[in-house]
Amino acid sequence: MPNLPESQQRVKFYQTGTFTVGNRLLDSEQRTVQATLDRSNSLDSGHRACQGCGEALGARFAIDAAMRATNNQLIAANATGCLEVFTTPYPETAWSIPWIHSLFGNASAVASGIAAAMKVKGREEVRVIAQGGDGGTTDIGIGCLSGTFDRNDDVLYICYNNQAYMNTGVQRSSATPAAARTATTMPVGAEPGNAFQSGKSVPLIAIAHQIPYVATASVHDLHDLEVKVMKAMQIRGARYIEIFVPCPLGWGSIPGDTIKVARMAVESGMYPLLEGGNGEIIGVSKIRRRVPVDAYLKLQKRFAHVFKPENASQLERLRAIAENNIRRFDLLSKEDDQS
Amino acid sequence: MLKQIEGSHAVAEAVALCRPEVISAYPITPQTHIVEDLGLMVKSGKISPCEFLLVESEFGALSACIGSSAAGARSYTATSSQGILFMMEAVYNASGMGLPIVMTVGNRAIGAPINIWNDWSDSMSARDAGWLQLFVESNQQAVDVHIQAFKLAEQLSMPVMVCMDGFILTHSYSQVDIPEQATVDRYLPPFQPRQVLDPAAPLSMGAMVGPEAFTEVRYFAHHKQREALTLIPQLAQEFQALMGRDSGGLLKCFDCEEKETVVVTMGSVIGTMLEVLSDMRADGYSIGALTLRSFRPFPIEALHDALSGAKRVIVFEKSLAVGMGGILANDVRMATRDLDLKVHSVIGGLGGRPITRKNLRRMFEKGVNDTLNNIHFHDMHMDVVNRELERAKARRRSGSPAENILSDVGVVAAAKTI
Repeated sequence: MPNLPESQQRVKFYQTGTFTVGNRLLDSEQRTVQATLDRSNSLDSGHRACQGCGEALGARFAIDAAMRATNNQLIAANATGCLEVFTTPYPETAWSIPWIHSLFGNASAVASGIAAAMKVKGREEVRVIAQGGDGGTTDIGIGCLSGTFDRNDDVLYICYNNQAYMNTGVQRSSATPAAARTATTMPVGAEPGNAFQSGKSVPLIAIAHQIPYVATASVHDLHDLEVKVMKAMQIRGARYIEIFVPCPLGWGSIPGDTIKVARMAVESGMYPLLEGGNGEIIGVSKIRRRVPVDAYLKLQKRFAHVFKPENASQLERLRAIAENNIRRFDLLSKEDDQS
Repeated sequence: MLKQIEGSHAVAEAVALCRPEVISAYPITPQTHIVEDLGLMVKSGKISPCEFLLVESEFGALSACIGSSAAGARSYTATSSQGILFMMEAVYNASGMGLPIVMTVGNRAIGAPINIWNDWSDSMSARDAGWLQLFVESNQQAVDVHIQAFKLAEQLSMPVMVCMDGFILTHSYSQVDIPEQATVDRYLPPFQPRQVLDPAAPLSMGAMVGPEAFTEVRYFAHHKQREALTLIPQLAQEFQALMGRDSGGLLKCFDCEEKETVVVTMGSVIGTMLEVLSDMRADGYSIGALTLRSFRPFPIEALHDALSGAKRVIVFEKSLAVGMGGILANDVRMATRDLDLKVHSVIGGLGGRPITRKNLRRMFEKGVNDTLNNIHFHDMHMDVVNRELERAKARRRSGSPAENILSDVGVVAAAKTI
């Protein structure tokens, strides 16, 4: 099988003068699935996602990689949400894989049922993915998700985290970061924006379930994302990958900046890229060249209010979150600081 | 083979004979013994191949069945009471996608106040969810109807609930004839789904349908349920031809022909009723009974025909549409609206209140004399209710009506004196 995670994982090559991980100078077998002509196009063109949609990008990268890893033997269960709506009003579908949408909060349970059916029919070469947004994962779906983890069902759950309920019009979810403006956390009152915590970390919750593989990824680093998906598909049992997917509409960012916003979230320490398994954190992606939190926030209107002088404490909260992530997960290291 | 076994165990044995491929299980009284027994049978290899999923909730239980059924596996679960409410979103979803899941409902009341005993509030709450609902009157019928339910569900591509009275049936021991595996295999062919999730032929299931087609899609489901009105008796006859016993079709008549008064009910209460009605006929009353085995689809024509010679109907049900009255009674009125028929609506047995020969006889006699209230609450103590109404009028902070009423009834008082 070409493009095994091991061979891809060696690639930490950045194009000269940019911050982008490139394909151009790589051997063909080290290139990403997306860069190959024989990619499956599991999520085909013609769907109804907004310009610059990080979720569409993330789903396309992840599912094509999973298709490659499973020799196209893949079934997906999808939670209600943007991904479901923009890909499939009947009789059209952007999915070229067997795909089912049932409800908002049960994608992992439906996937567990599919995996059970495949097992009982002796078709264990067929692998199952459940996928949903952060609302369907961190809030309404977390009961079923915890059940799938707890039983260690042979399901990879992918959460496309855009940090709010985008499909219903940008309402706060438990993955919404502190201070962010959403339709239900407007920048008014004593605590403008999201007053609650700093976003529930389902990756850490997943690690606490001691499932064999957990990772966070971001649409700005295609190599890393694909490697993690392909690695996950080579493991049996419950696995969880959360992909950071900017939402230009919900975040008030420029559609053309989606990759940049995603990269700066990671490089500022606001969204750590982790790998875990069996109860432990087993790896972190070091920040290559740290950017200020403010530079990340300024790309998004949802944080515009934190730059008003009277909201200085909100800005401090956000900076503190990044500092805490960097300290807690040791995101900076000497060799990367020198780059 | 004749066995003296618990109703739940009998159901588990019947389900096992149907060769289920995926079973999801979540405990809730009084259904739990069914999935416990099935779990044991899967773990010991008696049911094989089969995957037994221990889920985290009833919502997860039915959702897992949605996945497994969509992937082409014969899928089963069981629930009761709060469980069916907790899974309700998936209940509608399973029927909307036409997935032939079979689910046993061990009928139990819904709280608050929390109550574990039998009535039909739980499955009635899913009355309009698009599932077929078959009520059984005995554990033998529970066995027979479960086997038919899988065939019915899979022929129609519709999910089926088999509703059996909690405790009264699920926990009672009786003599039950469990069919041979070979006989059930002859009756029930392997599951052939109409659509299936398969990488060899990818398709998208469960996508959105807008106003331009939604009515037709819903009507199609209604049409399928009406088709079941033919299929249910047909499958019952096929079953009878193989097993040699009648397990009921859409409805069952118990000396209801050419009687002035016909009692209409569902489930296990008919057992007690038949003894009372037999005594009453011996005393010269023109009275018989009829049970509906199929509540959804509602056998409008069959019921109309069966009641066309009667003068009055006493509908007895263990369910209440609060603010309205009888649920079954309403459907009976609808089915018989062009007949010159008086329909008495009687609500009884709520939350497991015992239904005795004595209190049934008293109520039937009132019915025959047309002196029942418009909506009659069977064996209810109105004086207790009145006392609480007075308390509530006298004082704003009058406390929990449930607690006050129970105190008046005397259980708490009695417990205190011990």
